[in-house]
Amino acid sequence: MTQWMIKTGASRYGLAMWYFLAAALLLAAPLFTSDFRLNLLAKFLAFAIAAVGLDLLWGYTGILSLGHGVFFGLGGYAMAMHLKLQASGGRLPDFMDWSGLTKLPWFWMPFQSFGGAVLLGMAIPAAVALFLGFFTFRNRIRGVYFTILTQALVIISVTLITGQQAFTGGTNGITGYGQILGHSLAAPETKLALYYVTAGVLLATFVLARIVVKSRFGKVLRAIRDGENRVRFLGYDPSRYQMGVFVLSATLSGIAGMLFVLHVGIISPSMMGIVPSIEMVLWVAIGGRGTLIGAALGALLLNGAKSAFSESYPDIWLFFMGALFIVTTVFLPRGIAGLAVDGWRKARRIVRRRKEVPEHERKGYSAV
Amino acid sequence: MRQTGTKIKKRHMGKGLLAAVSLALVLGGCGQNEPAAGSASPAASPAAGASSGESGDGIKVGILHSLSGTMAISEVSVKDAEMMAIDEINAKGGVLGKKLIPVVEDGASDWPTFAEKARKLLSEDKVATVFGGWTSASRKAMLPVFEELNGLLWYPVQYEGLESSPNIFYTGATTNQQIVPAVSWLLENRGKKMYLLGSDYVFPRTANKIIKAQLAAEGGELAGEEYTPLGHTDYTTIISKIKAAKPDIVFNTLNGDSNVAFFKQLKDAGISAADLTTLSVSVAEEEIRGIGADVLEGHLAAWNYYQTTDTPENKTFVEAYKAKYGADRVTADPIEAGYDAVYLWAAAVEKAGSTDVAAVKEAAKELEWDAPEGKVKIDGETQHLYKTVRIGEVQADGQFKEVWSSGEPVKPDPYLKTYAWASGLSSGS
Repeated sequence: MTQWMIKTGASRYGLAMWYFLAAALLLAAPLFTSDFRLNLLAKFLAFAIAAVGLDLLWGYTGILSLGHGVFFGLGGYAMAMHLKLQASGGRLPDFMDWSGLTKLPWFWMPFQSFGGAVLLGMAIPAAVALFLGFFTFRNRIRGVYFTILTQALVIISVTLITGQQAFTGGTNGITGYGQILGHSLAAPETKLALYYVTAGVLLATFVLARIVVKSRFGKVLRAIRDGENRVRFLGYDPSRYQMGVFVLSATLSGIAGMLFVLHVGIISPSMMGIVPSIEMVLWVAIGGRGTLIGAALGALLLNGAKSAFSESYPDIWLFFMGALFIVTTVFLPRGIAGLAVDGWRKARRIVRRRKEVPEHERKGYSAV
Repeated sequence: MRQTGTKIKKRHMGKGLLAAVSLALVLGGCGQNEPAAGSASPAASPAAGASSGESGDGIKVGILHSLSGTMAISEVSVKDAEMMAIDEINAKGGVLGKKLIPVVEDGASDWPTFAEKARKLLSEDKVATVFGGWTSASRKAMLPVFEELNGLLWYPVQYEGLESSPNIFYTGATTNQQIVPAVSWLLENRGKKMYLLGSDYVFPRTANKIIKAQLAAEGGELAGEEYTPLGHTDYTTIISKIKAAKPDIVFNTLNGDSNVAFFKQLKDAGISAADLTTLSVSVAEEEIRGIGADVLEGHLAAWNYYQTTDTPENKTFVEAYKAKYGADRVTADPIEAGYDAVYLWAAAVEKAGSTDVAAVKEAAKELEWDAPEGKVKIDGETQHLYKTVRIGEVQADGQFKEVWSSGEPVKPDPYLKTYAWASGLSSGS
């Protein structure tokens, strides 16, 4: 089943070079993009953070979550609540006023400070994941049953947020912010700074994910993916590892949600629904699961395609997206990263045949 | 598990052909979006003459409605009316001697997408103005973008008021041009006990807050208040509650599909318009087509325009709309308001002699136009329209018969400042 997963062995130099190249590209991007495109790119980078987190869970541990939109949304709401309180300047946020509230609910209080909001934007998704993980993994609920439970989590969360309009802004979501830490969100400098923050967080996420994957912890994760019972018989407790990676993955989604709100300026329940949750899985699937770069590239390329298609063909862009999904799933079962690796291998094979390089001088390929 | 030989073979073939094609499709599609991945996009300099929208021989205007998703059914008709107005204006020589070039974007019934596309239209396409939106949520998502980039949005749908952005023109009704006069008329003509039923989002919530204050001030009585989630389709419980509460009137602020379910189930419960007055503010000709005229016959609605509104301008408008999009299509209030918006903007640009936002806003003040609904005028202070209020009754043919009209255009008052009972409503805004 999983033998086609791409092994992530790579020469150290090659890897460092790739990281350097990626960092250079991200750093240079503002030089040759318009403000609007940079803003879009920043949003996609935020999505890429969530995709890498999801890949750790699905690609490396084999746990499919169709509920990551919830974690993304919880992070987003945490940031949005802070920004809304800032924008309301001591008064009640507008939607509370028209929904009949007269004073700020207690659970909004911690979001008055930026630090508190950021902390909760990570802690709340982590806590929800820990709660769900505790009751599922310990009871050995896995595979499709776990996936169904994550879908239930989505429905519960969306219904709750939509229904409690007075406290959450309902279907409208939360929008209309002014500034962050005293800087106007509309100012080009703030946007540029936020872009760099996002790019930096993405790179940090990569490094972290890479460390996790290479560590003993990461080896156990892959072992769980390939044979959970064997891992158990070897004396490990898989549920702890599963909970750990689920919490990590949810936290990364929460961080991505916070950054998303800063770039887009709105969070609504539609961003944490079933469709966005499945879309996140598609980024990973099409990019190539089990490869960190594949997940990130999938998020960037698919969202780029979505924007480009919908701008060029506003009436029929959904058909293009559908066709893209079908073609990639049917013909690229290992995603774009898989295609790249195959192409690389093939190219090497051809070159090697020509030069007849001795076996022992062959170098590995880089997939991360 | 099904790793059969044929599958592997097929996959192999795909690699050479379709896979590469699909990848090329993605990469090609992203070329303009993914500058980090390679090619530099043509860097636009937004510094000089921002938001002029004039490019050589044409003026770009944005159209931003949901063309996919749940709201598409309503918003596509508005888009059609706006495109028709643009075609008509172009046929007469355009604006300032230049043709209008519509740039259409899909908001996809998703509020963050509306914000993204609004930003794209203003900063990439540099459109002179945007016509768009339907739900209040989409407007609220776009509002910060228009204010940040100093764009101009024409919003064509009746809404809950309590808003007046300097970058938005509201061509639909605010509450004192639809809900408030409708409640007064109902209290005078149909009874005092009112039951409030709405979808659970900002418009019904705000509308009912206003109605409750008005009922208290004008001697009405609240028989009950219920909200259902958007898309809710089971109204048997609520119909039982209505039966138990015995109201004279149900004031209906349900939106979308819920109306179909509510009115069908009301009819199945044996309650007709003769037994119970209902007045809806989100049921127009388009919705009647979906629900069925037989189900809705005799029920009331409040709007500023009906397809049957008797003006010479409306006759031309309806004929042109049907000729362009099919005889089975109907016109309705938001469709007409979208059409008005294009003409009002064009008139303001002609008057200003430029598409500059500040100049257009200045020229638009107190601008009058003979719309299909009758004379409308832009109120300079609030950027809303003076509009005639009309209450209509659904007929067997799916059209409205006007049963009451304000007779003349009513001055917009989004914050209800002229109503003493409404003084506490807008404290937060």
